Amino acid sequence: MTRFLAFLFGLLLVAACSRAPDVVTFHAEDNPENLADWGLFTISDGRITPHAGMVTYELATPLFSDYAQKWRTVFVPKGASATYDPVNAFAFPVGTIVTKTFYYTVPTSAAEPGTSAEVVKMTPATYQTGVGGLDLAHVRLIETRLLVRRAKGWVALPYVWNADQTEATLQRAGAAVPLTFIDGSKRTDFVYTVPNANQCAGCHVTDHRTRAFEPIGLKARHLNRTFPGPGGEINQLRRLAALHYLTGLPDAGVPQDAAWQDAAAPLDARARAYLDINCAHCHSATGPARVSGLWLDRQNADPRALGVCKPPVAAGKGAGDRAFDIVPGDAHGSILPFRMASTDPGAMMPETGRSLTHAEGVALIDRWIDTLKGECRLAGTAELAMR
Amino acid sequence: MRHVTMLALAGGLMLAGCHQAPKTDAQGFVIDPGFEQKLQQQLLDAKPGDVVTIPAGKYALTRSLSVTASGVTIKGAGMDKTVLSFAKQNSGAEGLLVTGDDFTLQDIALEDTKGDALKINGTKNAVMRRVRAEWTGGPSTNNGAYGLYPVQVENVLIEDSVVKGASDAGIYVGQSSNIIVRNNRAEGNVAGIEIENSTGADVYGNTTTGNTGGILVFNMPDLPVPGSKTRVYRNKIVANNHANFGAKGSAVSSVPAGSGVVINANDDVEIFDNEIADNKTANVIISSYFSTGFDTQRKRTAAYDPYPQNIYVANNRFSGGGNDPTDQFKPLMALGGGKLPDVVWDGFVDPKVADARICVQNGDARLLNVDGPHQFKGPAIVAADCAPATRLPEIALPAEMTKAK
Repeated sequence: MTRFLAFLFGLLLVAACSRAPDVVTFHAEDNPENLADWGLFTISDGRITPHAGMVTYELATPLFSDYAQKWRTVFVPKGASATYDPVNAFAFPVGTIVTKTFYYTVPTSAAEPGTSAEVVKMTPATYQTGVGGLDLAHVRLIETRLLVRRAKGWVALPYVWNADQTEATLQRAGAAVPLTFIDGSKRTDFVYTVPNANQCAGCHVTDHRTRAFEPIGLKARHLNRTFPGPGGEINQLRRLAALHYLTGLPDAGVPQDAAWQDAAAPLDARARAYLDINCAHCHSATGPARVSGLWLDRQNADPRALGVCKPPVAAGKGAGDRAFDIVPGDAHGSILPFRMASTDPGAMMPETGRSLTHAEGVALIDRWIDTLKGECRLAGTAELAMR
Repeated sequence: MRHVTMLALAGGLMLAGCHQAPKTDAQGFVIDPGFEQKLQQQLLDAKPGDVVTIPAGKYALTRSLSVTASGVTIKGAGMDKTVLSFAKQNSGAEGLLVTGDDFTLQDIALEDTKGDALKINGTKNAVMRRVRAEWTGGPSTNNGAYGLYPVQVENVLIEDSVVKGASDAGIYVGQSSNIIVRNNRAEGNVAGIEIENSTGADVYGNTTTGNTGGILVFNMPDLPVPGSKTRVYRNKIVANNHANFGAKGSAVSSVPAGSGVVINANDDVEIFDNEIADNKTANVIISSYFSTGFDTQRKRTAAYDPYPQNIYVANNRFSGGGNDPTDQFKPLMALGGGKLPDVVWDGFVDPKVADARICVQNGDARLLNVDGPHQFKGPAIVAADCAPATRLPEIALPAEMTKAK
């Protein structure tokens, strides 16, 4: 017993004296309880900064997550690189670590940003880019999700930040963070939900046949845009290729999704880009929502599978007393924007990762549907309607 | 090797096997703030063969639970003893979402989920045994859509379970194959039991009552998987007369209140040896997709067959019913001597198929063709004395699924 206690004491001493690595450290098997053990970030002087080898990137059109701001990085181990694919997620080498840090800007009056329940709406133009890290003065860090490429495939690990914003700990079962969202004079209480590791798979397993876990954003069409970083404000794919993080990038013909807020881009391209990143991880011919027959991926060219005059299948009250997913020219009569606007867990879409309505996203889809041509007809009097 | 994981959640209850009840709050919920996180953690860590046991008690959950591992069993102390209540749920489209093979849920209740109670998506070998899925406030359009909902599952067993209050179907088996649904009770749902776009189902020994429609066998268009071959037998399908509270636009919202068995656009369906009584619109309705009120003008997928074919209704015990149909059927009551005949057919037939084979060999029960294609102009009692060339075989499931756990 004495020996055991001495051993335990020794361990504690080791723990107390051990320092988190200051270089990115791949864990091939274990899932460290502390984010610091991955050696990804330094927090000092009110800034969180990434370590060498982590490249900050942004998507052409990002997934909406309750107006959370997101700082994304990708680390590829030295001497290895990802392989280009025109449609699917690039094939990344073992040792790749992708981070996505979810944070909110808090009111300037908040004395302790890390405990502020009040968070304010930021438009993308005022986001910090994350290149060179984040100024934490008016920022509440919520969670940092890691996607780690191991020999057996990708794993997802959600780390939740402490009130002091000094340390994040692994919460595989997820967490609920009550917040108040401030948009001008409007205040909305909501619960920000950190997904559990299984729910991560709910979005990231995009092919039910393989059940393989894949990154969603690291695809050619989402990354094909300019963004600041090493080499200046250049195309992100070119940067990744120049850093030898990516091989096989063709000189031309790389698919490109529109930026959903880019007023200069065609409305159809913006709407399809928005649906692609927000819906298509489930709503595709191979995703979890394949069973609905509603396929919203950028590649789908069949109007019925896109929802045009398509009756609901298992929507329940999610149908919102509407007969079709998309009624051309009639956004108000269409199920799709109804479910996007809903905050009822039994009706809303997406099913996870959202408690607030993305008003600007709904407005975009409304505008798009209102410009579509055509009509859907219910069974007329010539046919027996049992309803 | 078989791991048995016990949740030491109810504090003193589990310690030393003493019999004191767990501490509860004013609403009867077990006071254990760590329960939800611990249970989800166990489901995350579950390995094939694990049995996650949840002791008796009513537990409040705020988020969906999920299982992705294969070979997991979740077991309570009984469907009226272990209750997972989602009345306070603030996120997640279902109570429990399962995407792992060889899953069993038994002896437990899922109450008041915001969406579906249990959804099992894209797996093999799913067992639901002595499970209660209920919306405790009674029928309401605001209730979740489905109680027990396997979709695209190969080998399904749902038995000895109870489903109440679903705003769509209590038991809903979608796009699945090789299915047994037996000895369940479905009450106060829009559809009691629905087999949709599924192939090879035996539905027997169930009691469905107080629903809008008792048992539905449907085939919907624009879905990746079509269905056929369902047997509905030895069920009690009585007084399913609840007003339809399904959301408009949903498939079941077209089901008239007072429907016993409804077959829609499905082929090779046998309905026999059931007790079917007092369903006020009709005891059995056989209909095509053209009667659902959906968009029927646009081109459907070529593979989709909107017509019911090869339907066999035999040896059921019919009594009552058809006496107070929804308005559009009322003028037809005279044809059945003051009530609708026991079997009503919308009369839409595929012009390319010589004989739809709508067969009724059921004593003096008669088949009414309401002449839907001609706006009810020529409704008539039609001959239906025929039988399928071959009868459907009994469904067999892997032995592991039917073994008691």
